[in-house]
Amino acid sequence: MQSSRPAEAARFDRPLLLSPGKDLRGYIFNKLGRAFLFLVTFVSVVAVLLIFYFIIREAAGFLAGPYVKQFFTSASWYPESHEHPEFGVLAIVAGTVYVTVLALLIAVPLGLLAAVWLSDIATFKVRQFIKPVIEILAAIPSVAFGFFAVLVMAPWMQTHLGYDTGTNVLNAGIILAVMALPTIISVAEDSLSAVGMEIREAAYGLGSTRAEAMIRVVIPAGHSGIIAAIILGMMRAVGETMVVWMASGNASQIPSPWWDLSQSVRTMTATIAGDMGETVQGSVHYQSLFSIGILLLVFTFGLNLMSEHFLARVRKGKGA
Amino acid sequence: MKKYLALGMVLLLVSLAFVVAAPREGALLLEGSTTVGPIGDAFAQVFKKMYPDVSITVNKTGSGNGAAALVDGRCDIAMMSRFMKDKEYTKAASGEKPFLPVAHAIAMDGVCVIVYPSNPVKALTREQVRDIYTGKIKNWRELGGPSMNIVPISRDTSSGTYETFEGLVMNKEKMASNVEYVNSNPQAHSRVKATAGAIGYVGLGFLDDSVKALEIDGIMPTRSSIAKGVYPVSRPLFLFTNGYPELGSLVHEFCTFYLTEEGQEIIEAKGFVPVTAY
Repeated sequence: MQSSRPAEAARFDRPLLLSPGKDLRGYIFNKLGRAFLFLVTFVSVVAVLLIFYFIIREAAGFLAGPYVKQFFTSASWYPESHEHPEFGVLAIVAGTVYVTVLALLIAVPLGLLAAVWLSDIATFKVRQFIKPVIEILAAIPSVAFGFFAVLVMAPWMQTHLGYDTGTNVLNAGIILAVMALPTIISVAEDSLSAVGMEIREAAYGLGSTRAEAMIRVVIPAGHSGIIAAIILGMMRAVGETMVVWMASGNASQIPSPWWDLSQSVRTMTATIAGDMGETVQGSVHYQSLFSIGILLLVFTFGLNLMSEHFLARVRKGKGA
Repeated sequence: MKKYLALGMVLLLVSLAFVVAAPREGALLLEGSTTVGPIGDAFAQVFKKMYPDVSITVNKTGSGNGAAALVDGRCDIAMMSRFMKDKEYTKAASGEKPFLPVAHAIAMDGVCVIVYPSNPVKALTREQVRDIYTGKIKNWRELGGPSMNIVPISRDTSSGTYETFEGLVMNKEKMASNVEYVNSNPQAHSRVKATAGAIGYVGLGFLDDSVKALEIDGIMPTRSSIAKGVYPVSRPLFLFTNGYPELGSLVHEFCTFYLTEEGQEIIEAKGFVPVTAY
């Protein structure tokens, strides 16, 4: 339906000068609106700061106590021992590094290839169908993945790979990779799709094949989104708790030899979740768990900073 | 239709009479062992349903804290997975308001050592189990089984089952670093069920045909051997009160609740053994 009336011309019935009352009201509403929006934004910042504050407050007693040196230099974790409690966190940090790195080694290549296929090779109809399915994968609760790891993957590894125990680095790494995949695929695919058609056409026009255009032009052009995708996937793997608690076996040891993925490890998140439930509040054990929480925060904070720094440098270098 | 209505009325009256007959109010504070805690929680839930005006708080802070709280008068009932020590008795008897703590043994806690069903090993001594968990014995061959690495599985260190196992088997030695941890009895059960070389431990209530319980020091864990106290990895669970509670009081009813049918069902459901043997 087309409107037959011409667009309204500028209105001259409005006074050019507001009355003092209206002027004042406008001023107040303007200020109030600004203050309200500022407050809303401020709340989220305050929430982050409060989280920091409370974790540091609970951990302070431990970090000022006699176990700090042991915390950073020992790999023995025996917090509930009556005679000689030990609070060495090295094996637990190693556990987190093991499962995260393994998960990324699996998920990043798979995720990037899937993203390339989805953005440039799959037909529109197929993509319409597959993208939601991948996103459903992200909505499956982590406990369900955990059950799969314990009841399906673990027995399978024992019978087919001959491992002594099925809950190990490999199991946790694979499950975490599957959980990180949807994040990596959808963010990377978005960034590849966002690289405009004209850039691809220009590459074809210069005589490049589809593969060359993809590798030399499109992926470099979408690199910031791809790096963001990898980092988001990594965050998911580092922070995931339930699945690693169920799939990794929770033995606080550093695998030896170092490449033996069939051994159980224990991660920082699993230690906090597993031990927190019934420790005595305010005890050294309780405080040591919050200290692990600080480590975890520093870990993710470092990741974030690294990615920011990296992204900024690349942007400057390429002059995008 | 009328019949149902009449029946409903009768039921309503009966339940009303029940509530009216025993009105209770006040507060009950329990503190102590993480092992006894689940029983205390479940009892408290039943009591809250029976007496909506009663508030019951259950703090699971460990047996030692429970004893200290009772001695200081900070709780009405101390839940303990061990008997009170002489020191704690002396302190209670020589405080500002001296009293003698009284023990109510409400259940037996037996921890069964389990292995994969086809494992030929049938019996171990406590020392052998300890050597497995400290890493001195690493292969089933050393215990007369097939050549297969042992995968020791433990409950998380803050659970009551761990506490029992550690106290009665580990003899203050630390578990090896390759011991795996799971955070519930069912999980320990399912890991052992699915792992050929595994050894684990669960409460008696979690035994079934899919895992094999071992004789410990020559005694099979059964309801009767645990109730009688002859199975070596078993111990009584206590509620301690300030003197014997006044008959008919809320504390008295709580401390004798384990004798009721419902109380015994709760104790079994939590994986413990009722002290009655009939």
